Order: sequence, then structure tokens, then C-alpha cells
Amino acid sequence: MKTKISLKLSFLRMQESSIFGSSELLYFWIPVPCLKLAGTGFMAMTISLLFPFHAMASDISIHGFLQGNYSYSTTENPDGGDFKWGEERIQLKIDAAKEQFRLFIKADASYDHIDEDSELELRETYIDYTASKWDLRLGRQIITWGLGDLIFINDVFPKDYEAFFSGRPLEYLKKGIDGIKVGVYPEFASFEIIVIPFFESNNYPAPKRFYMFDPMPTVTNREENEPQTAFKNTEFALRAYRDIAGFDASVYFYRGYFRKPYMLPDNLNNTTKITLFYPEVSVYGASLQGRMLDGVLSLEAGHYDSREDRSGTDWTVPNSQTRFLIGYQRQIWEDFTAGLQYYGEYMHDYSDYKENQPAGLPRDKRFYQLATIRLTQFLMHQTLKLSLFSFYSPSDGDYMLNPELKYNFSDNVWAAIGWNIFGGGEEWSQFGQLAQNDNIYLQLRYEF
Amino acid sequence: MVRYLLLIFIMILPFNASAQTGDEVVKKSQAAFHYQGKDFKARVIMKLISKGGKERLRELKMLRKNYGESGGDQKFFMYFFQPADVKDMTFMVYKYPAKDDDRWLFVPAINMVRRIAAQDKTSSFVGSDFTYEDISGRDIEDDNHTIVKEEKIGENDCYVIKSAPKRGDVDYSYKLSWIDKTHFLPIKEEYYDRKGELYKVFSADEIKDVKGFPTIAKRTMKNLQSGHSTEVAYIKSDYNIGIEDSLFSERFLKQPLKKWIE
Repeated sequence: MKTKISLKLSFLRMQESSIFGSSELLYFWIPVPCLKLAGTGFMAMTISLLFPFHAMASDISIHGFLQGNYSYSTTENPDGGDFKWGEERIQLKIDAAKEQFRLFIKADASYDHIDEDSELELRETYIDYTASKWDLRLGRQIITWGLGDLIFINDVFPKDYEAFFSGRPLEYLKKGIDGIKVGVYPEFASFEIIVIPFFESNNYPAPKRFYMFDPMPTVTNREENEPQTAFKNTEFALRAYRDIAGFDASVYFYRGYFRKPYMLPDNLNNTTKITLFYPEVSVYGASLQGRMLDGVLSLEAGHYDSREDRSGTDWTVPNSQTRFLIGYQRQIWEDFTAGLQYYGEYMHDYSDYKENQPAGLPRDKRFYQLATIRLTQFLMHQTLKLSLFSFYSPSDGDYMLNPELKYNFSDNVWAAIGWNIFGGGEEWSQFGQLAQNDNIYLQLRYEF
Repeated sequence: MVRYLLLIFIMILPFNASAQTGDEVVKKSQAAFHYQGKDFKARVIMKLISKGGKERLRELKMLRKNYGESGGDQKFFMYFFQPADVKDMTFMVYKYPAKDDDRWLFVPAINMVRRIAAQDKTSSFVGSDFTYEDISGRDIEDDNHTIVKEEKIGENDCYVIKSAPKRGDVDYSYKLSWIDKTHFLPIKEEYYDRKGELYKVFSADEIKDVKGFPTIAKRTMKNLQSGHSTEVAYIKSDYNIGIEDSLFSERFLKQPLKKWIE
């Protein structure tokens, strides 16, 4: 059964930061056996065991950071707590290269004050091999495709929305995949081919910390079915790109799964158990980006072919959709940049959807729309950054606002405070359901 | 008669050719400052010094390749070593003489290459007192250049050029440049604000010979009004090193070749 129990989130991407981009991280492997090893993929583990960095490296660099990250809920959480996030974290990044090989490890160790829990997490661990016309990356890696600023069409890779809504630094929105990426670079175009044998779902906010819409709150017996690791379930993604008349042009293809879980009740009239599952999808997309009208114009589109429900009559599986995005970014004056985006999501077979969806469940619109604005002003030789990002849905009437202030005390120390504000729309709409989750966050980081 | 006139004309021709106009001096200066060699590399260390003396550091590798004549298209590739929060970032610019540049930034934390919109003329380069335009050169056509006098700075015989922007697209009303008569590098520049007051001063503090090309190895830009200044050192500079066209691509923006970023 299809519902918006999870957020209807297709968004997310990156923000400006000091120097000109966003911040960057550093990490290291800390062998603390008592810590829970979280999110540690099989391939990442294998790689770090097979290739001890000291054995191969002639050139090793180690960097990292210490970070405090706290997010205060302006309304008490569902479980009575006051914080959406509260942790200290160390990240270490090892980079070792020898000739055409490179090993990269990025690992976090953190202590979470809310659950009083320690965690060790391999954010990325991979080996690169570089030849003159092709290269290969094997292991846990972060892949980012598409052009949207916090809106994703062809970026079909896993996200962590809990991190995004809890006021964590932006890089934590992206989750790594365990897989293989091959780059091929003939003269006429470039290609990225990605194979993902191990499925990774999106991460959504935990119900004890976030108020979220649930169409069947009384059914607590729930089981999650992720696609098993098997040859037939392996995800495959391809991107081809080149310059066309000064524009960066890409085409994309993906064959895999929706990363948001959908709900399948055992019996609609008397539901005792819900199975969460990930329907199959193929995505065909394209994007174009270049200079226009003294700014940068971005166009992106994707067709989501919902392979398990091509007729659109199965209400437990999402209908096929076409998604598109128009973005424009421009510097208005010194150190001030504005970005605007308009995003649309058109559902095919809408009459079948309406006919077959059981009564009492919230209904999606045929044409969902979302607009964003990002304003960024740097001051004091780019040590102080004021920014505002906002989502507003013209079709659903809901919104999210995120004003933020970031200050670099020195080259090594920065702090950011910000506010996530949600509201409008219906109790099940994307941001409307988060209306009680406003939070004020603080990020503090020492980098080395 | 015509013959005699022609002869006279030919005789005075060399004199005409050697007399410099403001535009010619600036053209030569730009060739010496921004276009020497087929390509160029340097490790750039920028020290940003606040009024109170607090220092910040930016360290990057800059690679540049010319496409066509002096004053023509260029491509830049920059890799950041410092500060820590931008380490491993890369930045690429395709510079065109008469239109806005194309520029791309790679953010390693989320493994993303994005185009960025920026106006060269007023934007500070990585928070320093230099603008993007100071780094890569301002279009000659954007200003009226006149030689106001000739003057010695230290040992250097210089032309003093007044450059007045044709449009109000920069924060100075005019600039005075002391351009060395032998190698045509700028020794000093003074920027005057809209009230006609001096507010920014550039100086070339050390000039070195690199493969026969005089190169500014140390330079300073000081903002007299804010008290902020930026000192830049170019170390390990080299010319004609054979940078491949393929370097300036998304592939190497994401994974820069070791040989170019050491």
C-alpha cells in the first residue's frame, strides 16, 4: 500500500560555504572494539582488511575533525526529549596513494547523548585504480548526480533525511553506497558506470524524535523487506556526459529500487501487519547546465518507470512519474548569490491511481510542485556567512525554512547556528507533517 | 613626389612604432603578467592578514594553459591544500576575453561538481584582497588607458598608466599602474575610490626569472581603508611544462592527477 508514511522527499543537495563551496571532512580508523560498528558494509570491511594502508602507501595523509552537533526541539519530541540531535564526533580521513592506486578511508566515531550510545561508522572506504583512459573505484563511496540544489531527480543514491532535518552538516545528507564505479573517457564523451550489489535505503527521522504522519498508527507489527543481495537484484546506473555548445550535458539511466519504503498491509479491512518494501524502478533522465543571463541555468528531467505497476492500478506501488527541474543561480553583488528552483512531479495514470486507492488514505496530486530559494551572503572576508534556504510547495501549500549563520573563528575552527522551520499544508504533506519538529541547531568543528 | 613622401613615411615609421600608447603598454603588461609561456604552474601561498594582525592561510596549486594568443582564452585548474575545510577541493575556470567565464567547483565531501555563478570584477578570491580579475587579468577593453607620466620606482623605469573603467562595474573610479619598461610587469598599482581617495595598493615585492620569463614571486594587496591585506608567494613556478588539455575536465576535477598537484 502506497502512502506517504515516509516523506515524499526527492530533494536535497549542497550549499555554499567558505572559500566558495561547502565544508569538507577528514577521518580515520579508530579500532575501538567496544563500539558498535554501524553501517559498515561488507565491501568496505573487506577492502580495509585486504589492503592495510601502510603496506601500499608511499604517500599517506591523515586529516580529520572534532565536532559537536546539537539540535534543540522547540516542541517536545514524541518520546518527551528536548533534542533532535546531540553528539560529539571525531572523523578521520586517510588517503594513501602509490602510483596508479589510491586507498581512501573516511571513518567517524561518535557519542550520541540522546540514546547514550557510541558508534563507529565507515563513511567511505574505497580503492581507486587510474589508467589513462579509464578508472575504477571499488568500495563504499558517495555518488552525487544531477543538478538540483537539495532536489534530486537523477541522484538516485541513498540519502539521510534525518540528518538533514536534525541540523547536521550537509555532507551527512549523503550516504555511501557499497559498489563499483567505472569511469571511461573516450574522446567523444565521458561515462560513469555504477554497479551496486548491496541495497541501501534512505534514512528517515526516527519516530521517537520526530512527529511524522502515519496512516496506520495502530498497526505496530511491521516488517521491512529490503532487496536481497543477489545477482538479479543488483542495481545498475549509467551516466554519459560531455560539453555541448558550452553547456554541460548529461544523460542518465538507473535500474534498481525506490529507496523510500512503501507499505503493504496483510489485509486492508483488518490490518494486523504491515510489510515495508522497496518497489522496483527504472529512471531515464537528462540534464543541461551552463551560463545564461549573467548566471548559471540548470535544467534536469527524469522519467520514473515504476516497473511493478506500469498500468498504475496497483495502489501499493507508486505510479510512474515524470520529474523536472529548472534552476537559476546568479551573483547579485559582491559575495551575495541567489538561487531559484522550480520542480515538478507529474503522475501518469492518475485516473487509475484515484480509482484504485482505498478511501481514507491521503491522496497525492497529479502534479506536485516545489519551489526553492537560496540566498547566501559572505561578509568579513568570507569568514561570516549568512544564508537562507527555503522550500515552498505551490501545490501542497507547505514549506521549510532554514536560516543559518556560520562563522570561521580561524582556519581550523568554525561554528554554525541555524533554524529549521516547517509548516503549512496538510498533516501528511512533505513539510506539513513536520510542523511540530522545528529545531535550532549548533554545529561546532575543529579541523586538522 | 609620392616616392619622397613614402621615403619620409618609412623613415618616421620606426619612431611611431616605438612610441607607446596606454593601450599598448597595458597589452604588453597583460602578456607579461598573465600570458607568459604556453602554460604555467605555481604553488600559491596566500596570507590573509586582518587589521589586528590575525593571519589566515590559503595554499593551492594553480595550473594555467593558454589557448591562442596573448589576451585570448585560458583555462585554469586550482587544487586546495589549505585550510582544512577546503582541502582537496578543486576549482576550474575557462576564461574568455570578451564574455563571462565558465567555472566549476568540486566539493569532495559530497563528491559533487557544480558550476558556480560569479562576477569576476568585484568578487574576492577566496576571501583575500584580490579579486578574481586581479588573479586572471581584466579585459583591456573595459578601461580607457592613458600614459600619465614616466617615473622610476627603485631601479625600475616605469610607465605610469591611468586606467579608468568605461562602466561603473568595479569599486574603483580609476587605477594607476607603474609598469616596468623592460619586462612590462606591474611594480605598483594604486586604486582610487569614487571620491578619488587612494584605498587599495598592489605591489610586486619580488621578481624572479623562471625559464627566462620574469615572474612576480611575491606580491601584496593592501586595503588602506579596512586595514586588511593579502600577501601572496608563488613558489615552484614553472612554464611550458606540457599540461594536457584533458586536465581541464570533470574527471580530473574529481580525481586530480598526483603529478599536477604535488
